[in-house]
Amino acid sequence: MENKDSTVKLVGFWVSPYVQRVRWALKLKGVEYEYIEEDIFNRSHLLSELNPVHQKVPILVHSGKPLPESFIILEYIDETWKHNPLLPQDPHERATARFWAKFAEEKLFDAAWIGLCSEDDEHEGAVKSSIEALEKIEENLKGKNFFGGDRIGYVDIIIGWISYMLPIWEEVASMKIYDPMKFPAITSWISNFRKHPVIKEEYLPSKDEMIVYFQWRRKVLKGTFPPVFSMKKN
Amino acid sequence: MASEDVKILGAWPSPFVMRPRIALNIKSVNYEFLQEQFGSKSDLLLKSNPVYKKIPVLIHGEKPICESLIIVQYIDEVWDSGHSILPSDPYDRAVAKFWATYIDDKWFPGLRTISRAEGEEAKKAAAEEVTAGLVLLEDAFIKCSKGRSFFGGEKIGYLDIALGCFLGWLRVTEKMGNLKLLDENKTPNLFKWAEKFSSDAAVKEVMPETGKLMDFAKVLLAKSKAS
Repeated sequence: MENKDSTVKLVGFWVSPYVQRVRWALKLKGVEYEYIEEDIFNRSHLLSELNPVHQKVPILVHSGKPLPESFIILEYIDETWKHNPLLPQDPHERATARFWAKFAEEKLFDAAWIGLCSEDDEHEGAVKSSIEALEKIEENLKGKNFFGGDRIGYVDIIIGWISYMLPIWEEVASMKIYDPMKFPAITSWISNFRKHPVIKEEYLPSKDEMIVYFQWRRKVLKGTFPPVFSMKKN
Repeated sequence: MASEDVKILGAWPSPFVMRPRIALNIKSVNYEFLQEQFGSKSDLLLKSNPVYKKIPVLIHGEKPICESLIIVQYIDEVWDSGHSILPSDPYDRAVAKFWATYIDDKWFPGLRTISRAEGEEAKKAAAEEVTAGLVLLEDAFIKCSKGRSFFGGEKIGYLDIALGCFLGWLRVTEKMGNLKLLDENKTPNLFKWAEKFSSDAAVKEVMPETGKLMDFAKVLLAKSKAS
């Protein structure tokens, strides 16, 4: 008997890089799903119902059970649909993949976001920090097609935003983090990622719409974060 | 691979270091505990964790593994002795990871804010946030434990370890700030759970004694005021 409630839904927001990761993962696994767009600036009941703690997208709903947080959703997808594995099988390689995904999120993504939404010392500090993080990622990509080797996987999906969103942020905030001359391994990885048969067929937000959106976010958020990079440390 | 040398680089006061130690105890795996000197970083630490230069680090054979929750998952995947640390069902596993992330990203930073808060108002506000977080975790406990003793069920699991490692510092914060954070009335289940967790065989010997931890906290506080 087919369980009619084995459906998969993804609650997302058109430009969210977190949601984009889940789209890529579901596509790589060949999982059919219903996409539900949520305007995060004009929230429906869905967010507070399905993600009461954080009220954020993405939320994956599988057989009626909701799951938030892109990292957690990706591992859940990998464990539930076992073909085309995203994480390696070997425990040490898995730990390494998890480590680099966390590092890239905390030291590059979060820092680049602060760069986008700040000025002066804070902005300078965020850009410097982002470049340092990118250097470490560059080291780890040398000689490989994808982060885990020959096949696309978990870390590639987590850092996939670099291939299409980082240049937008750089343009909007007049910053240079990814210099193709300085990062040949990343340049090669970006090409492999974008050309991957599944990735290239998947939805991406339009460049023009992203520029408008992030210009607006920079304007609204500039100077509103507590300083991270320009703090005087004891 | 599993029978090779196991070392933990750490320090006795660190709640993050407790996590892999509890996990190894659950698996009955012997390990060498190499303690870092407070205020300096050993060559081994710098070599094993060049990216963050932080404890804990698990060194298995020659391979280093970093980040406490990543180490706990590694331990669970390598050794099948003792009992499983993560739930077997993928959804339950995801829920456990969700709350562990919440604890590290939101709840524990809130606990640290209390000791740094300047003035009664700020302290009170920080304490209220921590208690509100515990109320959320009480609800998570009820859902995850399904009437049994721990988040993980009959035996301690991932989420027990993720939260339980902070009990020592929670008690120190309560004593030093003259506060009640883990309240028997507001979070009765967590209150009971805290006792059970602290006295569990895998936890007892690695949970620092509150008095000793408080002395350490006072030294830390004095040092931060002096600089």
